[in-house]
Amino acid sequence: MPIYLRPASLKSALSLLAQAARARKGRSGHPLTVLAGGTDIYPARAGKQAWLESFPRDFLDITQIPELKGIRRDGRAVLIGALTTWTELVAAKLPPAFDALKEAALQVGGLQIQNRATLGGNIVNASPAADGVPPLLALDAQVEIASTRGERRVPLATFIRGNRQTDLASDELVVALRVPLHGANSRSLFLKLGARSHLVISIVSAALLVDQAADGTISDIRVTVGAASAVPTRLAALEAELRGEMLELALLERVTPALFSSLTPLDDVRASATYRRKAARILVRRGLAACIGPRAEELAA
Amino acid sequence: MIAEEFTGAVELTVNGKKVEIAARPDMRLSRVLREELGLTGTKVGCDAGDCGACTVLIEEEQACACLVPVAQLEGRRVQTIEGLAEDPIGRALQRSFHYHGAAQCGICTPGMLMASLDLLRRVEKVDLPMVETALGGVLCRCTGYLKICEAVLDAGRFLEPDEGLDEDAISANGVASIGELKPPTGSQAGLPGNGVSVGARVARLDGLPKLDGTEVYGADKAPQDALWLRAIRSPHARARFVIGDLRTFVSNEPGIFRVLTAADVPGENSFGIFPDMKDQPVFAEGETRYRGEAVAAVIGERAAIDGFDVSRFPIRWDPLQPLIGLDGALSPNAHASHPAHPDNVLVRGWVEKGDIESAFRGSSHRAEGLFSTRFVEHAYIEPEAGFARRVGKRVEVFASTQAPYMSRDEVARVLGLEPGDVRIIPSACGGGFGGKLDVSLQPMLAVAAWQMGVPIRSIYTRPESMAATTKRHPAAITARAACDAQGRITAYAMEADFDTGAYASWGPTVAGRVPVHGTGPYRVPNVLNRARAIYSNGPIAGAFRGFGVPQAAIAHEALYDELAEKAGLDRLEFRLLNALRVADETATGQVLQASVGLDRCLEALRPHWHKMLEEAETLNDKATVMRRGVGIACMWYGIGNTALSNPSRMRLALTREGRVLFFNGAVDIGQGSTTVLTQIAAEALGLPVSAFTLVTGDTDKTADAGKSSASRQTFVSGKAAENAALALRAEILRHTNAGADARFALEGGQLKIDSKAESTVIDLTAWPAGADGIVFEGAGDFDPPTEPLDIKGQGVPYATYGFAAQIVALDVDMALGTVRLERFVAAHDVGRAINPTLVEGQIHGGIAQGIGLALMEEYVPGRTENLHDYLIPSFGDVPPIEIILVEAAEPLGPFGAKGVGEPALVPAAPAILGAIRHATGVSIREIPALPHRVRAALEAAGRAWEI
Ligand SMILES: Cc1cc2nc3c(=O)[nH]c(=O)nc-3n(C[C@@H](O)[C@@H](O)[C@H](O)COP(=O)(O)OP(=O)(O)OC[C@H]3O[C@@H](n4cnc5c(N)ncnc54)[C@H](O)[C@@H]3O)c2cc1C
Ligand code: FES
Ligand code: FES
Repeated sequence: MPIYLRPASLKSALSLLAQAARARKGRSGHPLTVLAGGTDIYPARAGKQAWLESFPRDFLDITQIPELKGIRRDGRAVLIGALTTWTELVAAKLPPAFDALKEAALQVGGLQIQNRATLGGNIVNASPAADGVPPLLALDAQVEIASTRGERRVPLATFIRGNRQTDLASDELVVALRVPLHGANSRSLFLKLGARSHLVISIVSAALLVDQAADGTISDIRVTVGAASAVPTRLAALEAELRGEMLELALLERVTPALFSSLTPLDDVRASATYRRKAARILVRRGLAACIGPRAEELAA
Repeated sequence: MIAEEFTGAVELTVNGKKVEIAARPDMRLSRVLREELGLTGTKVGCDAGDCGACTVLIEEEQACACLVPVAQLEGRRVQTIEGLAEDPIGRALQRSFHYHGAAQCGICTPGMLMASLDLLRRVEKVDLPMVETALGGVLCRCTGYLKICEAVLDAGRFLEPDEGLDEDAISANGVASIGELKPPTGSQAGLPGNGVSVGARVARLDGLPKLDGTEVYGADKAPQDALWLRAIRSPHARARFVIGDLRTFVSNEPGIFRVLTAADVPGENSFGIFPDMKDQPVFAEGETRYRGEAVAAVIGERAAIDGFDVSRFPIRWDPLQPLIGLDGALSPNAHASHPAHPDNVLVRGWVEKGDIESAFRGSSHRAEGLFSTRFVEHAYIEPEAGFARRVGKRVEVFASTQAPYMSRDEVARVLGLEPGDVRIIPSACGGGFGGKLDVSLQPMLAVAAWQMGVPIRSIYTRPESMAATTKRHPAAITARAACDAQGRITAYAMEADFDTGAYASWGPTVAGRVPVHGTGPYRVPNVLNRARAIYSNGPIAGAFRGFGVPQAAIAHEALYDELAEKAGLDRLEFRLLNALRVADETATGQVLQASVGLDRCLEALRPHWHKMLEEAETLNDKATVMRRGVGIACMWYGIGNTALSNPSRMRLALTREGRVLFFNGAVDIGQGSTTVLTQIAAEALGLPVSAFTLVTGDTDKTADAGKSSASRQTFVSGKAAENAALALRAEILRHTNAGADARFALEGGQLKIDSKAESTVIDLTAWPAGADGIVFEGAGDFDPPTEPLDIKGQGVPYATYGFAAQIVALDVDMALGTVRLERFVAAHDVGRAINPTLVEGQIHGGIAQGIGLALMEEYVPGRTENLHDYLIPSFGDVPPIEIILVEAAEPLGPFGAKGVGEPALVPAAPAILGAIRHATGVSIREIPALPHRVRAALEAAGRAWEI
């Protein structure tokens, strides 16, 4: 008989996970799959069912756990509960640095998905095309993780290890995302490229976060590209190139192909690798141009 | 051990009623609604969140019921389509959808309505972007979304008066009385009276059940005691296999009662469209020829089938080198997939006229090219589903189909029964587009029901539907065209290879139809068009809206654009100069007698064309990354089977109660045949549509109307319906002295007849009637006159042709290679628009599929077997479409009508590709024009926007 657990507190959830993990070590139990909005788990199940393959059936449903919900301020950071849905995120009052994340949220599936899918699920699922990840990386988000062994906090950039691989142990839960606050002069945006209007998985995506100093120079900049490597990737070389420069038209020329060499895109049915690499640069330039102003946008492309 | 372990039942509120569910906690809400609560109005198209057909409201917010475990609904409120009419906004939406023709097959409609309700409850004043965003999670394959948007935007007008879609609105026989569905401020969408049926925007007569969740599709009904069937399918494109000990297997699997294999097929283990090409097995024997081919079926209880793990099934696979694509199948060392065809060429078709080589030599301008397209999936939102049961010595199959009689004959063959011993009851069909012409699960179900004596049901999963059933043929077309100095086309030559996949299916039809249409709808004195259907180990390529003609049109329209340019002619004027007209001769030597409206289509487009071109010029003055392009394409399409008989028979009867019974065997797959044929019959009979009671598609009750394909039902069955109505009319008049001018009116059982010669009343209630209450009846047949093609492909393959021209404006992003469509104008010669709303719906939907073909759709076995990797157009991908209906009446057709289903699709893709060329100077010849392909082509031509 499959197991379905629906604990009402973080504490009991963690102890259930710990029990299951111990049982599994002793080879007597099944792995427990953590279930949030189900928008990755159920489609994956459909794929398995179609070919009569087995799929996970033992669930730890975390949707009743109050500690995983809500968005709140915590000192110099914003804490986004793992169960926060895209719709809740869009509705939340957040500083402009979060605009990219909100733009991404509005493009995750349709409303049906946005109403149910969670940010926590998006990062744990760790798809190369996960749209939440590039903006969160640009925000320098950290992942708050809990287990009966204690709590830990890791940068999102190290949390996601590969295509559908994370740093999460089987007895751990993602509790929240911790996003340090940025200056009020931040601008952020998200660009997504797909082959149709709605409900589309990114061919490439890009998120930019630009902090501008009073003198008009770029005090900080983060640029990340999704779907163009096994893991959404921050372009450190590009950031270094632009940091400290005036945010103006001339900057666009500095966005050279060499600065994208850290990307390792794949050939697949959605696009060729070569194309992905080029498209990433186009999106980033367009994003940067949008930060500079309308005239730059016109010339950017 | 664990306090929170889920134990008891889930209590939730569904449509205002508290219910307790004792299902497994991880069961999908969609399944709970449909199977535990009997609320089958919520549809399942994918179980993966991709189609949105299962959209319901949870606590007022839309959600995909297929992604929600029922346990998460404890204490929560769910609203489904069955509860829609409780809300005044819901009722307004239903009326507006009905009025605007926003539901075609109706399978997406519950999801669309629920998403609309979510929007209209949240927002009072909505605009188009809001509608697209709110409904963007629901896919529709039929409508092209435009009428759905119209309906949502217009819903406010339908808010009052406050009578819903209640019992009174649907008369006992299921024919809608839709008078009250008019918006408060006037409309013509009512039921017409005498003599105004044809040409009226009658709302679908089968429309109401599509709006309240009561329509019964293949998955929506089965006997209580039905067992479930699942096929075991080949995961390999080609493999040998050996099945082990099934007896032991079955005894070890609780809840599994039987496994069927080829050995259990009582009749022939083969089916197929053509009598001499029945090459597809129900269950493969020894070797499979494509990924997704069935080798066996397990039958058991629902829970056992659900949890069934194929790794326990005793089968050994031995993968073999498959033939992939045309190159693989035609390579010199390719094996023969079917022994009777050593070179893997299933069939050839050709048309030859004049002297092609000397014509090419003597022409001023020439153009040539190689064009290739990929497998395209029908992606109807309803996966195959149905049930079969044994009734004494007969078998009944209830399933989603486009061709009940063909289905009957296939099932009979497989069971070794007489056709009359099989009854096919078509379910409502949630989209077909050619993909439900072939049988899919019917033979398996029938074999199982026959062997086991209990009802057997099955529902294909989405990936199974995509892997197992037919596709549009990939094509490789090498073509040449030439014209003289004035731009008159002198010659056209085409070699077209079509990858027909593992089995013949409709391959011969494609190979036969394409050479006939290969030149496009133009006068071409010298023609050499050859086509081949080639076996491979790809998916079965079968029938898909246009039977290869859309692929061929991509080639000819691209070449004519080039010729026009070389001859210094405007692209529209070039086409007008060469357009077929009455008395012209086609490539097959057929002299067109009437109903050739292409020139009128082009002339109607001319002002729009110039406006679009001017806009493009202005926009392109500025050197930005976006380039505007304008494209044009023409098409023709022979209505009905190619040079083959394809009769239809219709029957009408007048009953003692004063109802007109219409026995109509044509399957309405969303295209609207039920409504259109009734309009025709009503017009010819002289009684209003509201007097009709419909008896549709059941092989025990209705005669063979032929299949719903080849755009033939309006023309062929329409004419049969007209003939049946005229026969009934004559039969009635025979009993009176009234003249042919007689006007009929029915009041209860009294038939009033008014004519110059006599006015009289027939009291039907007193008239002698049969047991079925029938007083008078009339039957009608029609088989469009054609002549066989001779050895050179000369003859009269079709009685009539549909014509159309479409223009499109679009923007190409010269850096990213993406395409944004701006606007279509579509001019269609339909002979006569029996119901303009339905014709528009067909054109919208056809263009949407053409957009998919041109820009995004590519089926790759094992890679795009679901609706998130296989992309069809969504909301926002179909631009505004202006429609111009040209009526060049077809004397053979009912009231001048021809067909429109396929004609709508054919020109859309070539027009788009022509516009891309206009914008960029680059001709994309590998379809679909995905962004990376466009970008690569731009780069190759040195035209990409480099940064
Ligand atoms: C039709 C459709 C369209 C989509 N489009 C997009 C898109 O455009 N862009 C995009 O990025 N995504 C898209 N998605 C996927 C997106 O919905 C998910 O990534 C979602 O955000 C996952 O959240 P969930 O709560 O549904 O996760 P679930 O499916 O419940 O879980 C996902 C994974 O995360 C684990 N998990 C969840 N929460 C936790 C936690 N707190 N701690 C530890 N493990 C956890 C689960 O065990 C599982 O492995 C789409 C999905 C669908 C069905
Ligand atoms: S069935 Fe739920 S989205 Fe397709
Ligand atoms: S009407 Fe939308 S899918 Fe058929």
